[in-house]
Amino acid sequence: MTRQHHAAGRSISIGLLATVIVLGACHKKPETAPEPVATPAATPAVDSAAIRDSIARAQAARDAALARQRAYDDSVRRANEAAASAGEQTGLRNTVTAVIHFDFDRSELRDDARSTLDAKIPVLMANPDLTIRVAGHTDERGSVEYNIALGQRRAAAAKRYLTERGVTANRVETVSFGEGRPVNEGHDEDAWGQNRRDEFEITAGGSRLNRPRT
Amino acid sequence: MRFFLPLSVALLLWLPGGGLVAQDTTHRGVTIGLTYDPASRPGIAILPITGSAGDSIRAIIQRDFDYSDRFTIVPLDASDPSTFRGKTPGADLNYPLFARLGAAAIVQATVGDGSIHVALHDVAKGSVINVVDFPLAGRANTRDWRMSVHGVSDEVERWITGLKGIAQTRIAFVAGQRIHLIDSDGTDDEVTSVTGSAMSPSWNASGTQLAYTTFGTTSRVMVLDLRTGHSRVLHNATPSHANLTPVFSPDGSSIVYSHADDEGSDLFLVTTDDASPARRISVGRGTDNVQPSFSPDGRRLAFTSGRVGHPEVYIMDADGTNAELLTSFDFGDKNYRSDPDWSPDGRLVAFQSQFADGRFQVMTISLRDRSTKLLTSEGSNEQPSWAPDGRHLVFTSTRGGSRELWVLDTESGRLRQLSRAAGAQLPAWSSRLGSSASTNAASRQ
Repeated sequence: MTRQHHAAGRSISIGLLATVIVLGACHKKPETAPEPVATPAATPAVDSAAIRDSIARAQAARDAALARQRAYDDSVRRANEAAASAGEQTGLRNTVTAVIHFDFDRSELRDDARSTLDAKIPVLMANPDLTIRVAGHTDERGSVEYNIALGQRRAAAAKRYLTERGVTANRVETVSFGEGRPVNEGHDEDAWGQNRRDEFEITAGGSRLNRPRT
Repeated sequence: MRFFLPLSVALLLWLPGGGLVAQDTTHRGVTIGLTYDPASRPGIAILPITGSAGDSIRAIIQRDFDYSDRFTIVPLDASDPSTFRGKTPGADLNYPLFARLGAAAIVQATVGDGSIHVALHDVAKGSVINVVDFPLAGRANTRDWRMSVHGVSDEVERWITGLKGIAQTRIAFVAGQRIHLIDSDGTDDEVTSVTGSAMSPSWNASGTQLAYTTFGTTSRVMVLDLRTGHSRVLHNATPSHANLTPVFSPDGSSIVYSHADDEGSDLFLVTTDDASPARRISVGRGTDNVQPSFSPDGRRLAFTSGRVGHPEVYIMDADGTNAELLTSFDFGDKNYRSDPDWSPDGRLVAFQSQFADGRFQVMTISLRDRSTKLLTSEGSNEQPSWAPDGRHLVFTSTRGGSRELWVLDTESGRLRQLSRAAGAQLPAWSSRLGSSASTNAASRQ
């Protein structure tokens, strides 16, 4: 307990220190970057604007890459934590098969679904032989037949999220069971919320999973 | 409205051998006193039927007339049938008595060897207006035999109203992932030979085949031949991902179904002979497009699409062009409408619409002026399918507790429970089935 507090306190103070340094650096910066003087019409202002834009784009790309890296590292950390807490293999497997949920008649991924999927990516990347089947499910409301199509779209949404982040498409199979296989037989919002889901099943390569590396 | 009733040439029927079939032996041109008006239900009396299984036949015909919602059954005290006979020479029946009982028509039938001899009397006119011998199929109380008795009811109904009845039909539905068939009067629910996770049965026009899908890890479009009991796979109906809601074109040449993959679902057309690759006909652009239903002339399709972000019913030409929204979003309380079924007369599309309490109700919309009609209110009512008379609808309802099939007369609002198979769903009403369309495809449950 106390050690944790201590550790947390230290990381906060390091963070503060870093902020101060950055702020300090910022204060000095303006002098080294003079305002561009209005240039004569012969030298088109467009050029410098274009340069600024391309710098901004590069900066944004680098930020995005850093953010992705941070998210990835977070996922690795979470995956590893999960592995440590529940026994490594079980933990890794649970990470891969963790269920995600959806809103009524929607196939868009919610934030909680995205972070659940984020955690799967490092495990999938560390285990190239691992293949999975994503099964889309719906609640009991609405058209039985439309719900099969909706379940397919839910499975596809998870697959797309994973493949856009590096998982090879042929490792992820999709299937829909519509409203046919509820996990909760109830007829209330609680049951419906549990039933609107994607389930992830390991179809091959899951006997011995590698722990993801940063 | 006065009817020109078809007059059978009665004399012909007394030729040795009997055996004449009702079809094509009648012609129009004789006006009789019977008045038919869709809003009224003329009284009809069915005399006790003599001969083998006569009581069963009478019970079936009486129920068929009742379920047609076009007649009022006149109960008879059959303890002394002699009172029905005419007292004056030449008068076959005691017409004044039947007039007092409220009967406009009397059915008189006698069972012969493998056939039933039927005479229809016009009470006001005081005479027989039609006589026909109908063959009876198989042994008494078998399914084929019952279907042939239903055929008698439907034809007699045509003599009186000009419109053939719908007793000789069956309804396919799904319960426990098996396809069932049940007679239109609710008799003889039987499970077909189809195994696996079956969904969405639909009939071909002649009632000899059912198209359906299997779903789950192997999803296929299948065709069951009811005469042989064998199913075949339509290989060109892409055997991957989910394949849904197949329907036959009215001419039977093709099947339109929905194929759902990782890019949404679209309607595809495959020829029934499975000779060439399926062709995509809807342009869903990543949305869901399911549940096609042909107009009776085969030129248009109603279907469900999620293209505006929630399910609505659309119509388009059968080649996929000219898609337009049919159910506008400004009625009903929730943005969810689906399960269209185009009426056999082409005038209406039945569908289900969600209301504020979350439940679905069955509605119709007119193709002509887009006027709508709410047909149900008790429980949740879904998946409407038209009877061939364009007047009755079968749909699922939870009004009795568990989900069952119910039949509604859209003219009178009269309702009856059809199935007793807890969890019944996805009903599809057949066309009028000839006796020859009866099957040996099903195994008794």
